Amino acid sequence: MKTYIRSSACISPQNTFGNDNFLTEVVEYNGTRLKAIEPDYKELVDPKQLRRMSHIIKMGMATAMECLKKGNTEMPGAIITGTAYGCLEDTVTFLTRTIEQQEELLPPTAFIQSTHNTVAAQIALMLKCHQYNNTFVHKGISFESALLDAIMLLKEQEADNILVGGTDEMTDTSFTILSRLGLYKRWPVSNLDLYATKTRGSMGGEGAAFFLLTDKASKNNLAELTAIRTIYKPENIEDIEKRVVSFLADNDLMIKDIDLVITGKSGDTAHDDIYEQLYVSLFNGANLANYKHLCGEYPTSSAFALWLASNIIKNELVPEAVIERNTQKAAPKKILIYNHYQKIYHSLMLVSAI
Amino acid sequence: MGSIVYIAGLGVISAIGNNVAEHLASFEREKAGMGDISHLDTIHRNKLPVAEVKLNNEELAATAGLPADMSRTASLSLIAAREALNDAAIPNINDFRTGFVSANTVGGMDRSEDFFIDFIQDNSKGKLRNVFDHECGSMTEIVADQLGIKDFLTTISTACSSSANAIFYAARLIKNEMLDVVIAGGTDALTKFTLNGFNTLMILDDEFCKPFDEHREGLNLGEGAGYMVLVSEKVAKTLTRQPYCKLNGYNNSNDAYHQTASSPDGTGSYLAMKGALEKNGLQPSDIDYINLHGTGTPNNDSAEGTAIKRLFDPDYPPMSSTKSFTGHTLGASGGIEAVFSVLAIKHGIIYPNLRFETRMNELPFEPEKKFSKGRNVNHVMSNSFGFGGNCTSLVFSGI
Repeated sequence: MKTYIRSSACISPQNTFGNDNFLTEVVEYNGTRLKAIEPDYKELVDPKQLRRMSHIIKMGMATAMECLKKGNTEMPGAIITGTAYGCLEDTVTFLTRTIEQQEELLPPTAFIQSTHNTVAAQIALMLKCHQYNNTFVHKGISFESALLDAIMLLKEQEADNILVGGTDEMTDTSFTILSRLGLYKRWPVSNLDLYATKTRGSMGGEGAAFFLLTDKASKNNLAELTAIRTIYKPENIEDIEKRVVSFLADNDLMIKDIDLVITGKSGDTAHDDIYEQLYVSLFNGANLANYKHLCGEYPTSSAFALWLASNIIKNELVPEAVIERNTQKAAPKKILIYNHYQKIYHSLMLVSAI
Repeated sequence: MGSIVYIAGLGVISAIGNNVAEHLASFEREKAGMGDISHLDTIHRNKLPVAEVKLNNEELAATAGLPADMSRTASLSLIAAREALNDAAIPNINDFRTGFVSANTVGGMDRSEDFFIDFIQDNSKGKLRNVFDHECGSMTEIVADQLGIKDFLTTISTACSSSANAIFYAARLIKNEMLDVVIAGGTDALTKFTLNGFNTLMILDDEFCKPFDEHREGLNLGEGAGYMVLVSEKVAKTLTRQPYCKLNGYNNSNDAYHQTASSPDGTGSYLAMKGALEKNGLQPSDIDYINLHGTGTPNNDSAEGTAIKRLFDPDYPPMSSTKSFTGHTLGASGGIEAVFSVLAIKHGIIYPNLRFETRMNELPFEPEKKFSKGRNVNHVMSNSFGFGGNCTSLVFSGI
């Protein structure tokens, strides 16, 4: 059985939504944080409902609806989301009020919408979709866990046209706390110079990307999602190399068969050493691209990477803005995505032309 | 695919006991775990009863073998998950691919609440250690590291059906031959966040809850963790003791009616129960006991009862809500009640639905009132329904 990506949609700090230009005009940010560019939601979601929705719910809903529309599908066979932080805006609102108002006279709305499954639930509610509905919340592999669930459902013949997405929002509060925890750079930089600034920390990011998965071949599919694997706390670089090689071997491939490797380089010197080493060892000679200067670093950024890979394959071109090295190949047929989050969670995705 | 998934080990902690044996004793004595709030620092103390685990943070962390400032959520999880793993006693476990699939709803929120008190006064204040493990996934990671599990870990959060979905996902990882052994279930600690959240919804009973009673007035929150060890047929053959039972059916359906309320006809619950039966060709009449979601809120019990009537009428199996003992443990409830369901098969137990007095007007059936054991219990259904319309039913069957 094969898994195909029928359609995709993405809201990110770039003009990726409702826009046919494929990363031709990159948006520059100076600072340490990239904010998602929001579309006019009124065209996608009932304005009455829109008022109550937090940033992540709006991003998730709009992306999901757009993805279904592009895939000519009214009702998905399942809805699965991945989010590491969940609905932060509502969580922080309710938590702050609880403390400030000393647990008195609290309105319920923020609490109701704070649960991690809110995006998947709101999509189901809007579509009146009674099918399988799940939400994964495991840090840097939240989205990968959701994808794996979708692939298993297809294999089990339990569902078709599975809507699967990765969503995370950055709020002022989470940005402040994660900055204090050292995740982001201490001085402002341009996202276009992210990899040249050899310092600790990355730039914070956020976004939502949804995909419609099917096991039915069609010339309208974007790409094939050939395989996915997650690795927890590998022992060292050699261990990572070994596992990448065996992941490819399990798909009857060697690194020389891969037309493009997209890595999760984040601009954080403490994390990028892995990518830098792979560039000169296993990935030596490979065409390389990276993406976090476009969307920022966040736990479900691999959903942006998958959106990028599947659209590179469909458009038969690698946008100039993502090229790290070489890429004389105009139309990559096999793309490997390798990302790690905080060196703890590593993921591999193999995307192929149909 | 199509292989059998066996349940080989159980672990549980809640207000009525710190392990499986203590739970069995509490059930037999018909002793509920609710009482006045003693550990949580809140204005609702002495007003709203809750079902707390009877250990303070330090005692709980010490029991788990974790640092004293650890989130209760992680401590509860480790205690129950370790019990389950030890109970399974899988010889040569290192020869197998082992995973940990856990669920919770608010992660390390109990510590984040401490952090936020200082943080909202001054954004440069607040001990970072208290917020570092805020994420739901952190709880799973901490426990997996303690148990030495590296092959696969993930976390599910679908409100009150979270850990039923974790068990469901674990079984599929085995059926898809990705893993041989999975510890699955969930954990949640009482926090001010959830207590106040449910209080704003006005669905907390200020007396001990009365699930499925005509005069029920709401739920009592609880805390705890429940895990089971699921194994493949290959692993089951290496066990020195016969597994408890098998996971025979499961279904996840969405009510798609309202973010927090259940539809009047319990569409999601009905689809989940029906789908779980159909998974392995069981009939409603095959079910010997239903462990109800039974929160004690007017809305849930009415919707769940209506769905049961639609599916089971006219012959109803014995059923009860063990939340009348443990309170509603939210993201842990599906795991805890799955453990109870397996124990029902093992010991032929029908659990009582405490404090039940009056049958609901709209239902032609009522829950069991007395504890009994040694009965013939072969197929058990466990229901878990949550916010966001997330409805999951599991069916366990004897071997």
